[in-house]
Amino acid sequence: MTATRHLIPTLAAGMLFGAGLTISGMTDPEQVRGFLDLFQGKWDPTLVFVMGGAVLVMAVAWRLRKWMGHPLFAERFSLPDRADLDARLIIGSALFGIGWGLAGLCPGPAIASLALAPGAVLPFVAAMLAGMAVHRLLPLATPPAQVLRSSI
Amino acid sequence: MRGVFPLAHPLHGLVGGLLIGLAGAVMLLGLGRIAGVSGITARASGLGGDMPLGTAWTFLVGLLSGAQLVATTTDWHAPPFASWPVLVAAGLLVGFGTRLGSGCTSGHGVCGISRLSQRSLIATATFVTAGVATVFILSKIGLGQ
Repeated sequence: MTATRHLIPTLAAGMLFGAGLTISGMTDPEQVRGFLDLFQGKWDPTLVFVMGGAVLVMAVAWRLRKWMGHPLFAERFSLPDRADLDARLIIGSALFGIGWGLAGLCPGPAIASLALAPGAVLPFVAAMLAGMAVHRLLPLATPPAQVLRSSI
Repeated sequence: MRGVFPLAHPLHGLVGGLLIGLAGAVMLLGLGRIAGVSGITARASGLGGDMPLGTAWTFLVGLLSGAQLVATTTDWHAPPFASWPVLVAAGLLVGFGTRLGSGCTSGHGVCGISRLSQRSLIATATFVTAGVATVFILSKIGLGQ
């Protein structure tokens, strides 16, 4: 029952996300690496416009959320509420950034590329899942009590 | 704009960004969830998270369909990707790093920054800096474009 109520909005959100990534050019690794390439005189600021547009809409959404007792199609908000800064956040983000710079791919465009260029992106997605599995297996994973709240 | 930054596509970027923001808004206000692709992917793969499994898979199916829809209705061309050893190394780092750091460009970069989350601001500053440094080092040792 809950799943069927979620189906349409979730599918719509996924489709908007995939369409947005493709229209913005963020599924092109070279365009993303062009944003990260600050020092060769050919910087590509497109990603700034993507982030700007997305953050703008989301900032309005966070405002609206304050007026809502519960989401439209769910009983409660399930949002991360951690405020502590720890080494995991910094080290994890740094490792992610290195991989992002190497291939010009982050998880959203990589998954979207499974539809666009499945053969080319498959090694990346397979390795990404393996990396997630390694994190899951290692004891340095977030303590169980905090898992629910930290899984952005 | 094109004169100063010949590679930029500001209008495409803005339109795409607004759609991504709309996707995040639907997930937040409709389902009370963060539209973070690394977390949703991990959940769909049984590697953590508490989102209903069907919701995670539905979002990912939508992500692929939306991308496919744009690619087939516009003059979209498949871009070049890195060689597979680079893709594997990068994929491992992205998968492990986003789980350790609790998010990626969508969760921290879009949803977190727009919420002014201190954790997300720091995570985003960190992965952008690491990405810039990586591209810079690669270009210095002759492995960049």
